Amino acid sequence: MGKYFSRMGDGSPIEVTEKEIMADLVTGSEDAADRGKIAPMTKEEYDYLLDVFCMKNKFVSVEQGNEVIMSYDAGTLKIRRVGVNVDRIQALQIYEKLLGADTMELCHVDYSFKPIKPIAGFEQPILEQALLSTQIPLFYGAMPNLGLYSQPDGPFPNPSELLPQGNIKEAQESYEAAIEDSVKDIVYAGTLMYESGADGINLDTTGAAGDADFLAALLATEKLKEKYPDICIEMGMAGEFILGMHSELTYKGERLAGMFPHKQVKMAEEAGVTIFGPVANTNTSKSAAWNLARATTFMKACCEVANIPIHPNMGMGVGGVTVNDQPPVDIVSRSSKAMVEICRLDGL
Amino acid sequence: MAIAHAHASGMGGLRGAGDLVARMQMARGMRIKEAKEYVAEKLKVSVSELIDPVIMNEVRTDLGLGVITPLPGVAKGIEAKFNIAKVLDIDINCVKRFKERTSL
Repeated sequence: MGKYFSRMGDGSPIEVTEKEIMADLVTGSEDAADRGKIAPMTKEEYDYLLDVFCMKNKFVSVEQGNEVIMSYDAGTLKIRRVGVNVDRIQALQIYEKLLGADTMELCHVDYSFKPIKPIAGFEQPILEQALLSTQIPLFYGAMPNLGLYSQPDGPFPNPSELLPQGNIKEAQESYEAAIEDSVKDIVYAGTLMYESGADGINLDTTGAAGDADFLAALLATEKLKEKYPDICIEMGMAGEFILGMHSELTYKGERLAGMFPHKQVKMAEEAGVTIFGPVANTNTSKSAAWNLARATTFMKACCEVANIPIHPNMGMGVGGVTVNDQPPVDIVSRSSKAMVEICRLDGL
Repeated sequence: MAIAHAHASGMGGLRGAGDLVARMQMARGMRIKEAKEYVAEKLKVSVSELIDPVIMNEVRTDLGLGVITPLPGVAKGIEAKFNIAKVLDIDINCVKRFKERTSL
């Protein structure tokens, strides 16, 4: 039996047989099905993915007609991160004119709503000037990042210190106080950016600090939608699973801790989110086939129950993409194609 | 990686009608199929033509929706967004603010 070029989740090259690819596809999908209590992929979907991994092409793409929308998190930040010395409006123009972007996001290097608050007045004119000179829809984005609200970075006792000491109630109270401040900061910055003309607000890496982080984003979305019914809110998640750092927080009667994408999207819809960005994490010690089958199983379940557009995170280390600074196009393009065509995505 | 995704599964942004389809997802919460059909109808093209850079360059130039190469006299930036709002029959936040802040 012939061998095919593929990769591990950390990007390292491997050679695998058809039989090995299929075995990894099945176990990857079953892992997602077991964790999320969702259906694994069908035989047709396994066969489709096997074909994708056995293609000899270095780069693959969706069939003509299956194209979807590209949205970006931390967009302008990524140009600076790679050391390209242009300002943020130029970065937006690079994405718009050179990189085929359908939408773009203006953001600050300190990518969280709390530090944006004191400099919002300096961010607004940049946004306003960018909106004059670009054409694609422009988000302003940042993270809820509840970690910044606990000591030593913030005003509240640090739950990461309280929890190991057994001070559960105090840790929960700290999270609850942080939610209140975080919602105020998101609504404050979101309001100013929308008043400056932003096409949408991106609440990115939501849930990074667990269930309290997710709840803060949901409550802030509710408030912004109440204030501006036409505002577009994109909510991108931090991981596939809501960590129960508080563990007892609920939204609309549902416990947030432990939710996987297909349940997270229902909470997002209830809050008024316009576009939802779920995540499936990449396991570096498993193959690309295992990771992509697992990611598509999670995303398919999410898309099936969603009533709003779904743009899964497909950057480094998520959505079947390998964990390394320069994700190889062979795996990125295979993940892109398979996720779009199996899950019926609206964008990514 | 952005380039890989854009080529593997993207609508091409200004090269096609990616920005316009995105606006319908953002403004009306449309799923991809509905958003593509809506834009195609408004531009009087077929859904399959929405990603064709040759056809879309002509359509966008004719309707003043902004193109990759901003030739002299062609609508660009905020000017193109005024036209996009009209053609797609949607409110664009910055266009609305522009009108409020000027004597238009």
